[in-house]
Amino acid sequence: MNARSLPASLVDNPRLDRWIHFQPDRTVRIATGKVEMGQGVVTAIGQIAAEELDLPIDRVVVLSGDTTNGPDELYTTSSLSVEVSGGSVRLVCAEVRAKALERAALRLNCSRDDLSVVDGQFLQNGAATGQDYWTVASEIDLTQAVTGTAPVKPASSYRVVGHSVPRLDLPAKLSGAAFVHDVLPKDVLHARTLRQPNRGATLASLDEAAIRRAAARHHLGGELQIIREANFVAFVSPVESVAQAAAAAAPAHARWDNVRRLEPAHQEAAWLKGQPSDDRRIGAWPAPATPPKRLVQMTVSRPYIAHASMSPSCALAEFRDGHLTVRSHGQGMHPLRKNLAPVLGLPVEAITAQHLHGAGCYGHNGADDAALDAALVAMRIPGRWIRLQWRREEEFGFEPVGPAMLVTLHVDLDERGRPADWTTEIWSPTHVQRPGSGSGYLLASEALANPPSDVAPFDPPEERGGGGTRNAVPLYDVPAHRILHHLVMRPPVRTSALRGLGALPNVFAIESLIDDLAARVAEDPVAYRLSILSEPRARRLVELVAERAGWASRGPSGTGKGLGLAFARYKNRAAYAAVVAAVTVQETVKVDRVWCVADAGLVVNPDGARNQLEGGIVQAVSWTLKEQVKLDAEGIASRDWESYPILRFSEVPEMQVEFVDGAGNPTLGGGECTVGPTAAAIGNAVNHALGVRIHDMPLTRERIMAALLKT
Amino acid sequence: MSIAFTVNGEAKRVEVPETATLLDVLRNHLGLMGTRYGCGLEQCGSCMVLVDGQPAHACTREVGTVADRKVTTIEGLGTPARPHALQQAFLDEQAGQCGYCLSGIVMSAKALLDRNPTPSRGDIVAALDKHLCRCGAHQRILRAVERAAATLRNGGRA
Repeated sequence: MNARSLPASLVDNPRLDRWIHFQPDRTVRIATGKVEMGQGVVTAIGQIAAEELDLPIDRVVVLSGDTTNGPDELYTTSSLSVEVSGGSVRLVCAEVRAKALERAALRLNCSRDDLSVVDGQFLQNGAATGQDYWTVASEIDLTQAVTGTAPVKPASSYRVVGHSVPRLDLPAKLSGAAFVHDVLPKDVLHARTLRQPNRGATLASLDEAAIRRAAARHHLGGELQIIREANFVAFVSPVESVAQAAAAAAPAHARWDNVRRLEPAHQEAAWLKGQPSDDRRIGAWPAPATPPKRLVQMTVSRPYIAHASMSPSCALAEFRDGHLTVRSHGQGMHPLRKNLAPVLGLPVEAITAQHLHGAGCYGHNGADDAALDAALVAMRIPGRWIRLQWRREEEFGFEPVGPAMLVTLHVDLDERGRPADWTTEIWSPTHVQRPGSGSGYLLASEALANPPSDVAPFDPPEERGGGGTRNAVPLYDVPAHRILHHLVMRPPVRTSALRGLGALPNVFAIESLIDDLAARVAEDPVAYRLSILSEPRARRLVELVAERAGWASRGPSGTGKGLGLAFARYKNRAAYAAVVAAVTVQETVKVDRVWCVADAGLVVNPDGARNQLEGGIVQAVSWTLKEQVKLDAEGIASRDWESYPILRFSEVPEMQVEFVDGAGNPTLGGGECTVGPTAAAIGNAVNHALGVRIHDMPLTRERIMAALLKT
Repeated sequence: MSIAFTVNGEAKRVEVPETATLLDVLRNHLGLMGTRYGCGLEQCGSCMVLVDGQPAHACTREVGTVADRKVTTIEGLGTPARPHALQQAFLDEQAGQCGYCLSGIVMSAKALLDRNPTPSRGDIVAALDKHLCRCGAHQRILRAVERAAATLRNGGRA
């Protein structure tokens, strides 16, 4: 194997000691740049290391997201952790195991082939030798670069990988263990912010005395410091409730100039059409010169949606002796420190960033922004730990949201009613404004004296799966396909990555249209799909999920009960998922049951992966039926769980999720593979239940009533 | 003002205004960080504790109202080494992803099982419907509560 074929993480972090360290307590510390967000990545990485090193998993300690001792693997995104970080750990561990056996063979004056490893002990022809990883560790040069040449174990010999292992972090979390929110260093100061309403808004006046009076009214004791830096304001106190009371009172005592006013129409995806956009053409351009013969068109939409993490963002920061330490639940600690450095005027080496757990974020939420907030306060109060906690309304109001999207399909059919030529037209703001990615900034940097320049937004490139264009190419046998992507330049709200990016609206569009095309030629949707789907792995899933759901006995359309099917391969290169949804539609949609069959190749931790797929289904049901970020003149108006409802226990469907045996194939990232197919299966099931299609998400009571009136 | 109450079986006395929230007192005065802040509005259930065995949102509950009462938090149930039947059942079902909502959900489940050892699926849904879980672990959580109920009926550790 040459260096070119190493995973990107190993190219960027070639030294073995960035990844592995033998600890005196007879454990092995494996470091990953990917972070735990509830998706179980730490457990899966631990399994891969235990497998290659022949260790029980309880001898593996996983260090995750640490700029001092761990590798830089950018952000934890796009269902890539097991493929990329796991793949890197596998090669590193295989190589270190080989090096260790070489040293042991020298000591024992035997052939390496005579040695085996059991529970970290080296056996010679099955007999104990007194040698193990820890006795030879000091003789292994871990400063060397990984070569990737040591053979890895064949999947057929796996005893840890491919087996369900309970999550390593869950026992402590069930007993109240700390998230970053729950860590209180000695003499910590609590901080809250007053947020700049929008980029460019300037703080004309702040009645600090009134805010102090309001904070004192509760007789809570504790001094209050008000930190101001241009248009950034923070309230700091040793007493958390004082900082909280000050922040709650502050908006009424602040006057802002240059406040941007929004209009209610801005919250709808339809508004995107006609806005200034950066237009790109992808695929089979130019379009055919001959006019289409049997043109079918369909437009679907999805509004802005929130990450809506259960924990409002929080960070800890301390600036001491010229060095800043930040603890954050962001998705990438190396990127975070690189992004903090220029804003704070510090060299990157003067910042340590360590990941601590937070609630699930499902993408780019306020976590990184809270880290800058905490750092700004810490720089002003050196020598003290600062705990900066966003308020619930702040999280809803100021986190970047998942972009609204409008997707129009223009499909020309052949004489058999199959797609002959397919154009996907997409209107969407950018899906990635992660700080450091070019067009994104840490929020508070826009409030400082020299805000960063306003850079034109852009989307992830196609080779990384695209953003608005993610999953826009159907996997069906279509002779010619092209995309016209309108990247909307000035959306009303900050947008960034949310689980699956454009996959959900694009799969919703494709799979809705396919059902309609089947109806045009009076064919069953499953049979129609199979007639234009030649990839064997995809066909197998569609057939299996139809069987599981009892598709053959699907009833007639228009009874109020519906069964719908949809299929996609995430990013057209990661895991495959086929989903059937059963719904009951009266005035609202109730998803009764969901069947899912997925192919993710080698699944490292089957139950952990199943948990992810289930979670993706529930989230997609919630987005499809209920969720929309609402705007008013001042910005995001849906700032609590009443105005931004999500799916509840009483609304969650029964679920049946299974993986086909994919152990012969490499791992395919699966954490996001169910969101698109689930949304589309619901859309098709509602169509089946009502005999009429609803094209705009969420599928609310109002939209159902409107659709029924049209019939 | 001085307020005395029992937390997880221990007598506690705190010097705070009686309007301080129970959440603030548990976290910042008693060091019990397992009760989470989620919204401060009684809308998400992350802060749920038991007051005299009844579920209560600690985020809005004024501490003055729990004087001389018994408060139970997640720390009062069990530890990783010695888990309560509910905690064990959640582990057995791997019922959770990020885990942020679980402290509150486990407390509501405890209140349910204490008053109804044989809850139906519908009873469990009703007891947990005031809780939000954003990761989508709901079905696993419902199964875990059913499993814990069965364990407790068979004499498991309460």
